Amino acid sequence: MKKTLKILLIVCFAVLTAGKSPLPEGYQVGDPVQNFKLRNVDDKMVSLSDYSDQMGVILIFDCNTCPYSQAYNQRIIDLHEKYSAKGFPVITINANDPDLSPGDSFGEMVKRAEKKAYKFPYLIDESQEVARAFGATNTPHVFLLNRTGSDFVVAYIGAIDNNSRDASSASKRYVEAAIGAILEGKKVPTQKTKAVGCGIKYRNT
Amino acid sequence: MLLRNKEFVLAACLACLTHLGMAQVPPNARTVRLEALLGLIDKPGSIRVINFWATWCAPCIKELPLFEQLNNESDDVEVYLVSMDLDLDPDPLKVYRFMERRKILSTVLLLDEKDPNSWIDQIDSSWSGALPATLVVNPTTGRRIFVEKQLHNGDIQEIIAELK
Repeated sequence: MKKTLKILLIVCFAVLTAGKSPLPEGYQVGDPVQNFKLRNVDDKMVSLSDYSDQMGVILIFDCNTCPYSQAYNQRIIDLHEKYSAKGFPVITINANDPDLSPGDSFGEMVKRAEKKAYKFPYLIDESQEVARAFGATNTPHVFLLNRTGSDFVVAYIGAIDNNSRDASSASKRYVEAAIGAILEGKKVPTQKTKAVGCGIKYRNT
Repeated sequence: MLLRNKEFVLAACLACLTHLGMAQVPPNARTVRLEALLGLIDKPGSIRVINFWATWCAPCIKELPLFEQLNNESDDVEVYLVSMDLDLDPDPLKVYRFMERRKILSTVLLLDEKDPNSWIDQIDSSWSGALPATLVVNPTTGRRIFVEKQLHNGDIQEIIAELK
Protein backbone atom coordinates (compact mmCIF):
# COMPACT_ATOMS: atom_id res chain seq x y z
CA MET A 1 0.00 0.00 0.00
CA LYS A 2 2.86 2.32 0.93
CA LYS A 3 4.73 1.50 -2.30
CA THR A 4 1.62 2.13 -4.42
CA LEU A 5 1.15 5.44 -2.69
CA LYS A 6 4.76 6.43 -3.36
CA ILE A 7 4.45 5.50 -7.04
CA LEU A 8 1.23 7.47 -7.25
CA LEU A 9 2.91 10.48 -5.68
CA ILE A 10 5.83 10.25 -8.11
CA VAL A 11 3.45 10.07 -11.06
CA CYS A 12 1.50 13.05 -9.73
CA PHE A 13 4.74 14.89 -9.23
CA ALA A 14 5.89 14.12 -12.78
CA VAL A 15 2.64 15.51 -14.10
CA LEU A 16 2.98 18.54 -11.85
CA THR A 17 6.47 19.47 -12.94
CA ALA A 18 5.73 18.72 -16.58
CA GLY A 19 3.14 21.43 -16.29
CA LYS A 20 -0.27 21.50 -17.85
CA SER A 21 1.10 23.12 -20.98
CA PRO A 22 4.88 22.74 -21.04
CA LEU A 23 6.81 25.61 -22.58
CA PRO A 24 9.01 24.54 -25.53
CA GLU A 25 12.59 25.72 -25.31
CA GLY A 26 12.15 28.28 -28.07
CA TYR A 27 14.66 29.89 -30.38
CA GLN A 28 18.31 30.01 -29.36
CA VAL A 29 20.93 32.53 -30.44
CA GLY A 30 21.87 31.69 -34.01
CA ASP A 31 18.45 30.29 -34.96
CA PRO A 32 16.57 31.71 -37.96
CA VAL A 33 13.02 32.60 -36.96
CA GLN A 34 9.82 31.76 -38.76
CA ASN A 35 7.70 34.56 -40.13
CA PHE A 36 4.75 35.62 -38.02
CA LYS A 37 1.69 37.78 -38.67
CA LEU A 38 -0.12 39.44 -35.78
CA ARG A 39 -2.70 42.19 -35.25
CA ASN A 40 -1.47 45.66 -34.36
CA VAL A 41 -3.27 48.19 -32.12
CA ASP A 42 -4.37 50.07 -35.27
CA ASP A 43 -6.19 46.87 -36.28
CA LYS A 44 -3.84 46.21 -39.21
CA MET A 45 -1.83 42.99 -39.53
CA VAL A 46 1.95 43.21 -39.20
CA SER A 47 4.35 40.50 -40.42
CA LEU A 48 8.02 40.07 -39.63
CA SER A 49 8.50 39.79 -43.40
CA ASP A 50 7.30 43.41 -43.69
CA TYR A 51 10.73 44.29 -42.29
CA SER A 52 12.80 42.54 -44.94
CA ASP A 53 14.31 45.87 -45.99
CA GLN A 54 15.63 46.55 -42.46
CA MET A 55 18.96 45.45 -40.99
CA GLY A 56 17.14 43.75 -38.19
CA VAL A 57 14.41 44.06 -35.59
CA ILE A 58 14.41 44.64 -31.83
CA LEU A 59 11.58 42.25 -30.95
CA ILE A 60 10.28 42.70 -27.41
CA PHE A 61 7.66 40.62 -25.63
CA ASP A 62 6.01 43.21 -23.44
CA CYS A 63 2.73 43.96 -21.69
CA ASN A 64 0.68 46.68 -20.01
CA THR A 65 0.51 45.39 -16.50
CA CYS A 66 3.93 44.21 -15.36
CA PRO A 67 5.83 46.76 -13.23
CA TYR A 68 9.03 45.72 -15.02
CA SER A 69 7.42 46.62 -18.34
CA GLN A 70 6.43 49.94 -16.83
CA ALA A 71 9.95 50.52 -15.52
CA TYR A 72 11.39 49.80 -18.98
CA ASN A 73 8.70 51.55 -21.03
CA GLN A 74 10.67 54.73 -21.70
CA ARG A 75 13.79 52.70 -22.51
CA ILE A 76 11.82 50.72 -25.09
CA ILE A 77 10.58 53.96 -26.66
CA ASP A 78 14.14 55.29 -26.59
CA LEU A 79 15.54 52.17 -28.29
CA HIS A 80 13.17 52.70 -31.21
CA GLU A 81 14.04 56.39 -31.31
CA LYS A 82 17.75 55.64 -31.44
CA TYR A 83 17.94 52.53 -33.58
CA SER A 84 15.12 52.60 -36.13
CA ALA A 85 17.12 55.16 -38.09
CA LYS A 86 20.06 52.74 -37.98
CA GLY A 87 18.00 49.89 -39.41
CA PHE A 88 16.84 48.28 -36.15
CA PRO A 89 13.24 49.28 -35.40
CA VAL A 90 11.33 47.97 -32.36
CA ILE A 91 8.36 45.60 -32.55
CA THR A 92 6.52 44.82 -29.30
CA ILE A 93 4.26 41.82 -28.76
CA ASN A 94 1.82 41.26 -25.90
CA ALA A 95 1.16 37.55 -25.39
CA ASN A 96 -0.55 37.73 -21.98
CA ASP A 97 -3.88 35.90 -21.78
CA PRO A 98 -6.43 38.69 -21.14
CA ASP A 99 -8.55 36.28 -19.06
CA LEU A 100 -5.64 35.85 -16.65
CA SER A 101 -4.63 39.49 -17.00
CA PRO A 102 -7.56 41.79 -17.90
CA GLY A 103 -5.30 44.83 -18.03
CA ASP A 104 -3.69 43.27 -21.12
CA SER A 105 -6.80 43.11 -23.28
CA PHE A 106 -6.61 44.43 -26.84
CA GLY A 107 -8.63 47.48 -25.83
CA GLU A 108 -6.18 48.27 -23.05
CA MET A 109 -3.25 47.79 -25.43
CA VAL A 110 -4.79 50.33 -27.82
CA LYS A 111 -5.12 52.82 -24.95
CA ARG A 112 -1.52 52.30 -23.84
CA ALA A 113 -0.12 52.75 -27.36
CA GLU A 114 -2.13 55.95 -27.78
CA LYS A 115 -1.20 57.34 -24.38
CA LYS A 116 2.50 56.75 -24.97
CA ALA A 117 2.35 57.68 -28.67
CA TYR A 118 4.07 54.48 -29.74
CA LYS A 119 5.89 54.87 -33.05
CA PHE A 120 6.32 51.10 -33.31
CA PRO A 121 3.85 48.22 -33.53
CA TYR A 122 2.27 46.79 -30.36
CA LEU A 123 0.98 43.44 -31.56
CA ILE A 124 -1.37 41.03 -29.82
CA ASP A 125 -0.39 37.34 -29.80
CA GLU A 126 -3.85 35.94 -29.15
CA SER A 127 -3.01 32.28 -29.59
CA GLN A 128 0.31 32.77 -27.75
CA GLU A 129 1.91 30.67 -30.53
CA VAL A 130 4.55 33.26 -31.39
CA ALA A 131 5.56 33.68 -27.74
CA ARG A 132 5.82 29.88 -27.41
CA ALA A 133 7.85 29.60 -30.64
CA PHE A 134 10.32 32.13 -29.25
CA GLY A 135 10.28 30.60 -25.77
CA ALA A 136 9.50 34.00 -24.26
CA THR A 137 9.25 33.78 -20.49
CA ASN A 138 9.16 37.27 -18.89
CA THR A 139 8.11 40.75 -19.74
CA PRO A 140 9.97 42.57 -21.08
CA HIS A 141 11.92 39.90 -23.01
CA VAL A 142 14.08 41.00 -25.94
CA PHE A 143 14.94 38.92 -29.00
CA LEU A 144 17.30 40.97 -31.15
CA LEU A 145 16.96 39.77 -34.73
CA ASN A 146 19.69 40.31 -37.29
CA ARG A 147 18.66 39.97 -40.94
CA THR A 148 20.99 37.64 -42.86
CA GLY A 149 19.81 37.39 -46.47
CA SER A 150 16.13 36.57 -46.29
CA ASP A 151 16.38 35.17 -42.73
CA PHE A 152 15.96 36.94 -39.43
CA VAL A 153 18.49 35.29 -37.11
CA VAL A 154 18.45 35.60 -33.32
CA ALA A 155 21.50 37.60 -32.22
CA TYR A 156 20.67 38.31 -28.57
CA ILE A 157 18.09 37.13 -26.04
CA GLY A 158 17.23 38.65 -22.68
CA ALA A 159 17.10 41.87 -20.72
CA ILE A 160 17.50 45.41 -22.01
CA ASP A 161 20.13 46.26 -19.39
CA ASN A 162 21.24 45.20 -15.92
CA ASN A 163 19.33 47.70 -13.80
CA SER A 164 15.55 47.49 -13.90
CA ARG A 165 14.81 50.29 -11.46
CA ASP A 166 17.26 52.94 -12.62
CA ALA A 167 18.20 53.37 -16.28
CA SER A 168 21.00 55.81 -15.51
CA SER A 169 22.64 53.33 -13.14
CA ALA A 170 22.70 50.48 -15.64
CA SER A 171 26.33 49.52 -16.16
CA LYS A 172 25.58 47.02 -18.93
CA ARG A 173 23.27 47.95 -21.77
CA TYR A 174 22.96 44.58 -23.43
CA VAL A 175 20.75 45.41 -26.43
CA GLU A 176 22.74 48.53 -27.34
CA ALA A 177 26.02 46.62 -27.05
CA ALA A 178 24.65 43.86 -29.28
CA ILE A 179 23.44 46.28 -31.97
CA GLY A 180 26.71 48.19 -31.78
CA ALA A 181 28.65 44.99 -32.37
CA ILE A 182 26.46 44.00 -35.33
CA LEU A 183 26.83 47.43 -36.91
CA GLU A 184 30.62 47.14 -36.59
CA GLY A 185 30.66 43.60 -37.97
CA LYS A 186 31.87 42.25 -34.64
CA LYS A 187 30.70 39.37 -32.47
CA VAL A 188 27.90 40.18 -30.02
CA PRO A 189 29.71 40.28 -26.63
CA THR A 190 26.87 39.06 -24.40
CA GLN A 191 24.40 36.88 -26.28
CA LYS A 192 22.01 35.85 -23.56
CA THR A 193 20.95 37.31 -20.21
CA LYS A 194 18.28 36.82 -17.60
CA ALA A 195 16.26 39.26 -15.48
CA VAL A 196 13.73 39.13 -12.66
CA GLY A 197 10.27 39.88 -13.96
CA CYS A 198 6.66 38.92 -14.44
CA GLY A 199 6.09 35.61 -16.14
CA ILE A 200 4.13 35.81 -19.38
CA LYS A 201 0.56 34.77 -18.57
CA TYR A 202 0.32 31.60 -20.62
CA ARG A 203 -3.01 29.85 -20.90
CA ASN A 204 -3.15 26.27 -19.66
CA THR A 205 -4.19 24.35 -22.78
CA MET B 1 30.11 62.30 5.64
CA LEU B 2 27.89 59.69 7.25
CA LEU B 3 24.88 61.45 5.73
CA ARG B 4 26.16 60.55 2.26
CA ASN B 5 25.87 56.89 3.12
CA LYS B 6 22.41 55.95 1.86
CA GLU B 7 22.18 52.95 4.14
CA PHE B 8 22.96 55.05 7.19
CA VAL B 9 20.31 57.57 6.29
CA LEU B 10 17.73 54.86 5.66
CA ALA B 11 18.61 53.09 8.90
CA ALA B 12 18.41 56.37 10.82
CA CYS B 13 15.02 57.18 9.30
CA LEU B 14 13.72 53.73 10.07
CA ALA B 15 15.04 53.97 13.61
CA CYS B 16 13.23 57.31 14.09
CA LEU B 17 10.02 56.10 12.51
CA THR B 18 10.10 52.88 14.49
CA HIS B 19 10.59 54.88 17.64
CA LEU B 20 7.60 56.98 16.67
CA GLY B 21 5.68 53.78 16.01
CA MET B 22 5.02 54.76 12.39
CA ALA B 23 6.90 52.00 10.60
CA GLN B 24 7.69 48.68 12.12
CA VAL B 25 10.17 46.20 10.81
CA PRO B 26 8.39 42.88 11.34
CA PRO B 27 10.45 40.56 13.54
CA ASN B 28 10.25 37.85 10.86
CA ALA B 29 11.68 40.04 8.10
CA ARG B 30 15.30 40.73 7.23
CA THR B 31 17.34 41.89 4.27
CA VAL B 32 19.90 39.49 2.85
CA ARG B 33 22.65 39.64 0.23
CA LEU B 34 23.03 36.85 -2.29
CA GLU B 35 25.87 35.13 -0.45
CA ALA B 36 23.79 34.76 2.71
CA LEU B 37 20.86 33.42 0.70
CA LEU B 38 22.99 30.84 -1.11
CA GLY B 39 24.48 29.78 2.22
CA LEU B 40 21.03 29.40 3.71
CA ILE B 41 19.79 27.28 0.80
CA ASP B 42 22.50 24.69 1.26
CA LYS B 43 23.13 24.64 5.00
CA PRO B 44 22.49 21.34 6.79
CA GLY B 45 19.10 20.84 8.36
CA SER B 46 15.58 19.85 7.47
CA ILE B 47 13.85 20.11 4.12
CA ARG B 48 13.78 23.73 3.05
CA VAL B 49 11.12 25.45 0.92
CA ILE B 50 12.26 28.75 -0.61
CA ASN B 51 9.59 30.72 -2.43
CA PHE B 52 10.52 33.65 -4.66
CA TRP B 53 7.79 36.29 -4.71
CA ALA B 54 7.07 40.02 -4.74
CA THR B 55 4.27 42.30 -3.55
CA TRP B 56 3.56 43.30 -7.15
CA CYS B 57 3.20 39.70 -8.36
CA ALA B 58 -0.47 38.61 -8.36
CA PRO B 59 0.07 34.85 -8.77
CA CYS B 60 2.71 35.02 -6.01
CA ILE B 61 0.18 36.54 -3.62
CA LYS B 62 -2.41 33.90 -4.57
CA GLU B 63 -0.07 31.07 -3.60
CA LEU B 64 1.33 32.63 -0.39
CA PRO B 65 -1.34 31.02 1.85
CA LEU B 66 0.02 27.60 0.83
CA PHE B 67 3.45 28.49 2.22
CA GLU B 68 1.99 30.11 5.32
CA GLN B 69 0.00 26.95 5.96
CA LEU B 70 3.09 24.80 5.45
CA ASN B 71 5.07 27.01 7.82
CA ASN B 72 2.31 26.79 10.39
CA GLU B 73 1.72 23.06 10.19
CA SER B 74 5.14 21.49 9.58
CA ASP B 75 7.76 21.05 12.26
CA ASP B 76 10.16 19.30 9.90
CA VAL B 77 10.11 21.79 6.99
CA GLU B 78 11.73 25.24 6.93
CA VAL B 79 9.87 27.89 4.92
CA TYR B 80 11.44 31.07 3.55
CA LEU B 81 9.65 33.69 1.49
CA VAL B 82 12.27 35.55 -0.54
CA SER B 83 10.95 38.91 -1.66
CA MET B 84 12.38 40.27 -4.90
CA ASP B 85 10.75 43.67 -4.27
CA LEU B 86 14.03 45.52 -3.77
CA ASP B 87 14.98 44.83 -7.39
CA LEU B 88 12.38 47.38 -8.46
CA ASP B 89 11.96 49.55 -5.34
CA PRO B 90 14.74 50.15 -2.83
CA ASP B 91 12.22 50.97 -0.07
CA PRO B 92 11.45 47.87 2.04
CA LEU B 93 8.47 49.54 3.77
CA LYS B 94 6.11 48.30 1.07
CA VAL B 95 7.03 44.73 1.95
CA TYR B 96 6.72 45.33 5.70
CA ARG B 97 3.27 46.89 5.27
CA PHE B 98 2.19 43.97 3.10
CA MET B 99 3.37 41.55 5.77
CA GLU B 100 1.46 43.43 8.45
CA ARG B 101 -1.75 43.66 6.42
CA ARG B 102 -1.67 39.98 5.51
CA LYS B 103 -0.32 38.86 8.88
CA ILE B 104 2.53 36.94 7.27
CA LEU B 105 4.20 34.71 9.84
CA SER B 106 6.80 32.87 7.73
CA THR B 107 10.36 34.21 7.61
CA VAL B 108 10.60 36.83 4.87
CA LEU B 109 14.01 37.55 3.35
CA LEU B 110 14.29 40.67 1.20
CA LEU B 111 16.99 39.97 -1.38
CA ASP B 112 19.21 42.99 -1.83
CA GLU B 113 21.49 42.25 -4.76
CA LYS B 114 22.03 44.15 -8.00
CA ASP B 115 22.62 42.78 -11.50
CA PRO B 116 20.24 39.80 -11.47
CA ASN B 117 21.80 38.29 -14.57
CA SER B 118 24.91 37.60 -12.51
CA TRP B 119 23.07 35.48 -9.94
CA ILE B 120 19.77 34.10 -11.26
CA ASP B 121 21.61 30.98 -12.47
CA GLN B 122 23.14 30.50 -9.04
CA ILE B 123 19.69 30.01 -7.55
CA ASP B 124 18.83 27.57 -10.35
CA SER B 125 20.19 27.34 -13.88
CA SER B 126 16.72 26.56 -15.23
CA TRP B 127 15.21 29.73 -13.73
CA SER B 128 14.29 32.41 -16.28
CA GLY B 129 13.99 34.99 -13.47
CA ALA B 130 10.21 35.12 -13.72
CA LEU B 131 8.05 35.03 -10.59
CA PRO B 132 6.66 33.05 -8.89
CA ALA B 133 9.24 30.33 -8.47
CA THR B 134 9.86 27.84 -5.68
CA LEU B 135 12.98 25.90 -4.74
CA VAL B 136 12.74 22.91 -2.42
CA VAL B 137 15.96 21.44 -1.03
CA ASN B 138 16.75 18.33 0.95
CA PRO B 139 20.10 19.32 2.52
CA THR B 140 20.77 15.75 3.63
CA THR B 141 20.62 14.20 0.16
CA GLY B 142 21.56 17.39 -1.67
CA ARG B 143 18.64 16.93 -4.03
CA ARG B 144 16.67 19.94 -5.16
CA ILE B 145 13.52 20.58 -7.11
CA PHE B 146 12.87 23.94 -8.72
CA VAL B 147 9.51 24.92 -10.20
CA GLU B 148 8.80 28.14 -12.06
CA LYS B 149 5.05 28.46 -11.78
CA GLN B 150 2.20 29.29 -9.41
CA LEU B 151 1.56 26.38 -7.06
CA HIS B 152 -1.85 25.09 -5.99
CA ASN B 153 -3.28 23.07 -3.11
CA GLY B 154 -1.25 19.89 -2.52
CA ASP B 155 1.59 20.76 -4.91
CA ILE B 156 4.20 21.53 -2.25
CA GLN B 157 3.39 18.36 -0.35
CA GLU B 158 3.98 16.33 -3.52
CA ILE B 159 7.35 17.97 -4.10
CA ILE B 160 8.41 17.41 -0.49
CA ALA B 161 7.31 13.76 -0.66
CA GLU B 162 9.43 13.32 -3.79
CA LEU B 163 12.50 14.68 -1.97
CA LYS B 164 12.13 12.72 1.25
